Amino acid sequence: MRHRQVIAVLALAGLFVALYLYFYKIGVYGELKCGSGGCETVQASPYAMLLGQPVALYGVLGYAALLAVSLLGLHPRWAAQRWPTLLLAVMATLGFAFTAYLTSLEMLVIHAWCRWCLGSAVIITLIWFVALPAALSSRRLRTGS
Amino acid sequence: MRRFYLLLGALVIVGGALLYVAGKSKGGSSSAVTDVPPANDGFKGYTLGSDSAPIEVVEYVDYECPICALFATVQFPTIREQLIATGKVRWRIRDYPLRISAHPNSRYAALAAECAGEQGKFWPMADSLFLHHDWAMTGKDVSGLFRGFAQGTGVDLATYDACVQSRRYAGRIAASYQEGEQLGVNGTPTFFVNGRPYPGRSTSDGFKGYVDSLLAHRTTRR
Repeated sequence: MRHRQVIAVLALAGLFVALYLYFYKIGVYGELKCGSGGCETVQASPYAMLLGQPVALYGVLGYAALLAVSLLGLHPRWAAQRWPTLLLAVMATLGFAFTAYLTSLEMLVIHAWCRWCLGSAVIITLIWFVALPAALSSRRLRTGS
Repeated sequence: MRRFYLLLGALVIVGGALLYVAGKSKGGSSSAVTDVPPANDGFKGYTLGSDSAPIEVVEYVDYECPICALFATVQFPTIREQLIATGKVRWRIRDYPLRISAHPNSRYAALAAECAGEQGKFWPMADSLFLHHDWAMTGKDVSGLFRGFAQGTGVDLATYDACVQSRRYAGRIAASYQEGEQLGVNGTPTFFVNGRPYPGRSTSDGFKGYVDSLLAHRTTRR
C-alpha cells in the first residue's frame, strides 16, 4: 500500500512538470523558466514532437495514468489486489525506457539539457525504483503462499 | 490514509498555483512589434541560388500563414533541388506579414527571421519557423520558442536578443509589405517570376514547368 501512495505523489509531481512543458509547447507560456537556453533548444528540436503531438503530451498522459492506477489501487475495493502493483510496474518500466531514450537524445543528438525534462526523468526513475521491487516482492509473496 | 490525501490535495493546490503563476508571468511579448518601426534600410530580401541565374522568383511570405508553411515544407525542398541548385532560379523572400487578427505573430516571426539573417542564418531560421508551425495555431506569446529556434540555428543569442528587442529590422519588414501592396499582393504566398505575377500552381511541378518553358523560350529567341 505504501508504495502506491509514494507513486501517486511522484506521479502527481511528474504530471505538473509534464503539463508545464506541454503548455509551453502549445504556446500558453512565452518562455520556460529554465536558467539556460537548453530547455528551449530541446523543445524546439524535431524530437520534441512524436506522431504529430508534443512529446510532453505523452508525459501528461503517462503520469495521469500512473496517478489514476495508484489511486485506484488505494481504494478499499482494490487495495488487496495485485493487479494495480503489476500494472504500475509495467507502466513505470515503459515510462522509464521512453525517458531514457529522450535523455540519450538530449545528450547525444541535441547536445542541450532541458532541466524540466531531467526533472521528469528523475521522477519517473524514482517511480520505477518503487514500482519494480513492489511488483517483484508481490510475486514472491504469491509464489511463497 | 487521511494524511496521504491531505498531502495529495496540498500538492494539487501548490502545483496548480505554480502553473497559473507561470502562465501569468510571461516573457518578452511578441506584441511589442506593433509601434512605429525604425526606418527602412533598402534591403530587398534574402536570396537563395546563383546571382547569375536567368530567372528570379520573388515570394511574398507570411510566416504564420499555413499555406506558406505547407509550400515551404512540401514543395520548396524539390524546387531547391530541381531549380535553385541547378542554377536556373534565384529565389528571393520578401516579408508580407498579413495584418489580420488571426496572425498576431506574423511580424514578430518576420523580425526573428531577419535577426537570424543578420548573422547569416536566415534560411535555417525560416525553415525552423515553417517546420515547427504548430506555434501559429495558438496565437500565444512565441518569443521564447523563436529564441529556441534561433539558438538551434547557431546564432549568438545576445546579438539576436538585442536585435529583436530593438526591432532593428521592423522598418525593412514594413517597407517590404508596402512594396508588396503596391505590386498587388493581397495574400500569401504570392510569387513573381522575373517581375511578373506567377500564373501557375504553387507546386514544385508547376514552377518547374513554368521555368522550363521560360528557359526554352529564351533559347528559341536566341
